[in-house]
Formats: sequence, structure tokens, C-alpha cells
Amino acid sequence: MNFLNKNTFKLLGKSLATMFLVLIYSCSENETQTVTTMNNLVWEDDFNNAGSVDATKWSFDIGKGSNGWGNNELQYYTNRSENVQVKDGMLHITAFKESYLGSAYTSGRILTKEIYDQKYGRFEARIKLPWGKGLWPAFWLLGSDIDTVGWPNCGEIDVMEYVGQAPTVTHGSIHGPNYFGGDAITKSYTLLNDRFDTDFHVFGIEWGENYINYYVDDVLYNQITPSDLPEGSKWVFNDRSFFIILNLAVGGSFVGAPNSETQFPQTMIVDYVKAYK
Amino acid sequence: MKKNKFNNLINIAFLGILTFTISSCEREISQDAELTGYPTNGDVFIDAFSGGLEYYPYQGSKQTAFSVDTETKYEGRASMRFDVPNFGDPDGAFAGAIFRDENGGRDLTGYDALTFWAKSSKAATINDIGFGQDFGENKFQVSKQGLRLTTNWVKYTIPIPMASKLTKESGLMWFAEGPEGGDGYSFWIDELKFEKLGTVAQLRPAIQNGEHIITDSFIGVNVKVAGLVQTYNLGSGIDQIIAVAPNYFQFTSSDSSVATVSESGSVEVISEGTAVITATLGDLAALGSLTINSRGYFVFPAKPTRDSSKVISIFSDYYTNTPVDFYNGYWEPYQTTLSADFNVSGDNILNYTNFNFVGIQFANPVVDATQKANLHFDLYIPGVVPSNFDFLVTIVDFGPDQASGGGDDTRKQLFVRKSASIVANAWMPIEFSLASTARGSVGQIIFENINFSTLRNIYLDNIYFYE
Repeated sequence: MNFLNKNTFKLLGKSLATMFLVLIYSCSENETQTVTTMNNLVWEDDFNNAGSVDATKWSFDIGKGSNGWGNNELQYYTNRSENVQVKDGMLHITAFKESYLGSAYTSGRILTKEIYDQKYGRFEARIKLPWGKGLWPAFWLLGSDIDTVGWPNCGEIDVMEYVGQAPTVTHGSIHGPNYFGGDAITKSYTLLNDRFDTDFHVFGIEWGENYINYYVDDVLYNQITPSDLPEGSKWVFNDRSFFIILNLAVGGSFVGAPNSETQFPQTMIVDYVKAYK
Repeated sequence: MKKNKFNNLINIAFLGILTFTISSCEREISQDAELTGYPTNGDVFIDAFSGGLEYYPYQGSKQTAFSVDTETKYEGRASMRFDVPNFGDPDGAFAGAIFRDENGGRDLTGYDALTFWAKSSKAATINDIGFGQDFGENKFQVSKQGLRLTTNWVKYTIPIPMASKLTKESGLMWFAEGPEGGDGYSFWIDELKFEKLGTVAQLRPAIQNGEHIITDSFIGVNVKVAGLVQTYNLGSGIDQIIAVAPNYFQFTSSDSSVATVSESGSVEVISEGTAVITATLGDLAALGSLTINSRGYFVFPAKPTRDSSKVISIFSDYYTNTPVDFYNGYWEPYQTTLSADFNVSGDNILNYTNFNFVGIQFANPVVDATQKANLHFDLYIPGVVPSNFDFLVTIVDFGPDQASGGGDDTRKQLFVRKSASIVANAWMPIEFSLASTARGSVGQIIFENINFSTLRNIYLDNIYFYE
């Protein structure tokens, strides 16, 4: 099952750990690749209880944030059931085009800050993404000490970022001091003969000391290590816990504004979020 | 070898074999026999014609517009080259053809798009390109209208609206393109094939181009559901709209005692009342609708009685019409008028909707109305006559050059003012004398709202000049 073909390997970054280089050299068409190794489930939300999200697991970010949550995003995040709702065994985060408290769009953003965080481990979610220009859903982690050390010193791990105008591409990134924003360490993964908005896909990372592995479904597509950082930069992922965020942004510097072709409402549907050690 | 032979034969002899098998029930179909009747080959032109493919240029098109080019190609050994003629080319006014499978068709149910690489000698826009045209019923025709080409090779995708319909499609590609600004040019197509991309998604079918159209109608009227399109989001994230044949849709009438709708989207009004025509494509409801407000029996205009020898007819079912270039010039950018012409029991009626102005042109040849110094037409205003009704008819004489423009055109304005005799829901015969009008080379009649008249919907019939 955990199959990775040679072509995908060719895409891998130049500075992979020795472990992976060995794998490349021994790779044949039929060889299985070990995508995940951490299988001790320690936290999860299966979104099985209809209604609002489980308050023992999630809180809401509400409002427009500062400068559109630092990204010039256009939406107002609410905790209304229209924007964030659990139904049919799934979390639905829905963006609407509507005038609301000074914003032209509404949407949702939930997080486990001060409820659950974890250092190292495997973080995974199964998600069906929205589509259309200007939609920017994400499944990501922030360092729990953000309020004391600030961003980007706290570190950020983007398990999945996606823009609605590129429905076959997901991006996996890290941000930290001296490598953030447009200079984040990132890699994109393109689905072959498929899209992220027509069915569910699994997005995950496995994170340990001095490495973060990125996978989509059964394909490991990247590993980031301290050697990928700009010279003299600090690896901030060995010394703190991170919490989980799920959101659907509309507009912003990364994605651009929606256009007349963008269909609203748009929903990011999450089947589950799991954390393993 | 045996199996291959069978596959070749099966196209022609499938039914025969099946009948034979049934009539000799003891025998089972050999294990070598595959009941998939038609080849699933998706290749149309990779480096040469795929098996069974033939080129059929349209009548009136430049027959030599197509050639196989071994010099310019995207990949492999050859591409398809199309030379669009210049305006006035004696060999043909445009390039256009169908490429048809002569072996009875292909099973394309496993694909989701026709794809190809293309480039052109200059940036240009192909009027129509698609598949499903077979010079037969064209049942599953698809067209991308206005496909923009560049001088670089670009891959294009024309999605299949509903692949399950294409079990034996022989129309593998068709196109029609004329000169651009009078000039011809060349374009090349390579690696033309049906593919399963998996990235064509977010289908949004529509009828009436997604609008909710309301139209007045009458018993006996036949109208076609129009504006049949399907919008897709391609893997590139770009929305693509294609025009699709009615047979991909399933049409429904909300009240089939008022109006029925056929498989091909043909609506027949059968009684007074209201019926809403909607459609689905597969599991998806099509955006848009056509509401028929049937006013009951149609009142026909009075049958013309003038002798045909004393008439030059522009539009009438009672006389032979002079050649007409168009009944609606769709003059950009200010014209809003659309045409919704209909036919009641064999009588054709011009119906102008969203009316502001519209021109009828008959310049090939122009009309010599020297001996026919009068104009007649029948006007019908459905609904109500707007309080600010003010209607202008302009007769344009093209002058000695017999062509529009050239500094010798003259125009005669004829006014239909609001009066007690202008009524709604009845035919009004309108007569004008052209005695003081230049009329030796009449080329156009223009109907127009003036002084902000809000008349939006009119019927016209029996437009003619007479002695």
C-alpha cells in the first residue's frame, strides 16, 4: 500500500537524510516505502457528535485579526454554526460571501491552543478541500509559546496549505526565525490525475528530533531537516510543543482575492484529526 | 489472431453474431468473444491518422485547409496543420471539417476529455472546436467556442459532459474557423486524443446560459431550449465553458398539459397556462430555466392579399422572400436585442426580445424598390404597450455602390407614434409610403426604440415592399 514510485522520489529535495538516500538507492518499482512509523494514537477528533465543535478539544479564533491575521485575509472568523459545524460525522468549515461586521466574507478557524499541544509525533487529518480563486484552507501547527516569544520565533509547521485556484497542489512548509513568510522552507506536491476538492485526502507530518516528514495519502513527498535552513538559522522544532489549527481563509497575500468565478459558499470538510506518538 | 479478427468483425457483425447465438441457444459465446462492441482507442491524431479516422471538410470551406505537417510538430513525427484562408479566397471562405471514425465509432466512456496541443502562426481565436459532429444526428456534439491560440504550444482540454453517453462516438473532432480581420493564418494541432485526466471537476450544467428566461407564447408554438452549456473547473484551476448538445440533458416540463419538451429540448406549447422547463445533466440540476406563459391560441396576422408580382418580400410565409443576409445583425456594442423567432403551425414569426434596436440586411443583392413605393409590416406587442412607446423604422438605401457605407448611403426615417391604434396583443398592419425616398438600392431596414421608449418585446411578420 505504502507505495512511492521512482518519479516521486526524483522530486525529493537535495538534502534528504541518509536514511532516505539509502531508500532511494534501493528503490525499485514494487518496493514499499514506510510513510509513517508513529502509531500510538494520543489525541483525536473524529467529529462524530453533530453540532458545534467539541469545546474540550477546540477553541475559536474570532474576528478579522490584525492586518487580516497577518496576511491581509478578507474574512471575518465567527463561531456561528453557519461557518463551523459538525454534521454527518465531519467538521464543516464554510466560507460565505456576505457583508459581516465590516468584512466581505465570513469563515471559521478552530485551534487546540491551551487545550492540547505536543512535541514531536505524527499529525494527520483527512480533508476534502474547497475550490475556486481566493480560497485558502490550511491544517497547521504553531509553537505553544507564541504569546511569549512571538511569531516566527515560536515556529510554524504547515501540514497542508492549498489555494483554490490550484486544485491539484498542496504545500508543506515550516516557518521560523530567518525563514518565514515568502522565505519559508516549503515544498509543493501535485496530485496526478486527481484533485483535492473532489474527494478526501490524508495530509500528515511525522516530526521528530531534527526532521519533519510530509506525506499526502500514501506518498511521502518531503523531509525538512536543519540542513535545509539558511546558514546560521535556528531550528526551533526540537524544544517546544505545538498546537493544531484548522481554518479556511478567504483572500490574503498568499492566495489573492476571489474573483467573479469563485463560487460561494465553499466548505472545507474534515473527517478526522489525529495526533500520534 | 483469432481474437483480433473477432474484434474487427464485431463492429459490423455484432448483432448478427448475437442473433445467431440466441437462435442456437445450446452454444455459449466463445470465451474469445468480447462483448465490448466498439474500440476504446482514445487516440485521434498522434503522428498520423488513427485507425478508421477520415477527414471531411465542410461544404464551402477551403478543402485543402488541412494537411499533415512533418516540420512543425509538438512531439513525434507530425502534426495536423490547418490553413485558414484569407477573406475572398476563391477556394473557400473558411476552414472547417469533421474528423470521423469510419469503423462505426469508438467507445469513449472511459475518458473525461478531448485534449491536444496547439499553436498558431499568430495569436488567434478558433470560432468552434470540439467533438461529436458526425454529419448524422450530431447527438453528442460538444464545442469550445472562442478557443484562444498563441504562437507557443499550449495544451487544451475540452471536457466530455457525460462520458457514459459516448458508447459509439464517431465524431472525434470538428472545428470551424474563418479569417481574422480578413486575414488567414495557420494553426497546428498535435497529440489529439481522448484522455482520462481525473482533474476535470466541479461540473455546472446550465440551460438558457444559466438565466431564468420568461417568454410569452401560444398554442402550437415550437421553441428550442437554448444556451445549453456546461462549465468545468480544469486541473489548472481555470473555469472552462463548453456548448453541449441537448442529448446530454434530460428536460422536464412542470406542466406537460401546457407545454411538452422532447429529448432534444424542443418545446411544444399545447394549451393556455404556464409551464417551466428545467433540465438535469446526469445527477446535476442545470442552472437556468425557460418559463412558457402560454396565452392560448395564437392570433395570426391578416393573410396578405396583394399579388405576388407586385411585392418584394423581406419576411413572409406567403411570398418568396428576397435573399436576406440576416434578420438580426447583433450590432455591437450597443444593441441589446435578441431573437426568439418562433413558428406557429407553419407561420414563422420574428420575435425580438430585450429590444432596443435591430437591423435586417438584404445587400446580396440590394432591393430595387423603385416600382414598389410602399412598405408593409405587421407588428404585434405582447403584454402591454409602454406609456412612452415611440418606434422608428429606418430604410437604408446603399446608393450606387450597393454596399453599406461609401458615402452614398441615404436613410429615410418613418415614425410609428403612440396613438389609440397602437394596442397590445393584436396584430397591427403598418403601411408607409416611400414615394419621396431613395429606394433603388435598399439594403437595410432598422427598427428602433426612440425617446427612451421601454418597448422590449415585439413580433413582426409580413415585411415587404409593394406597388
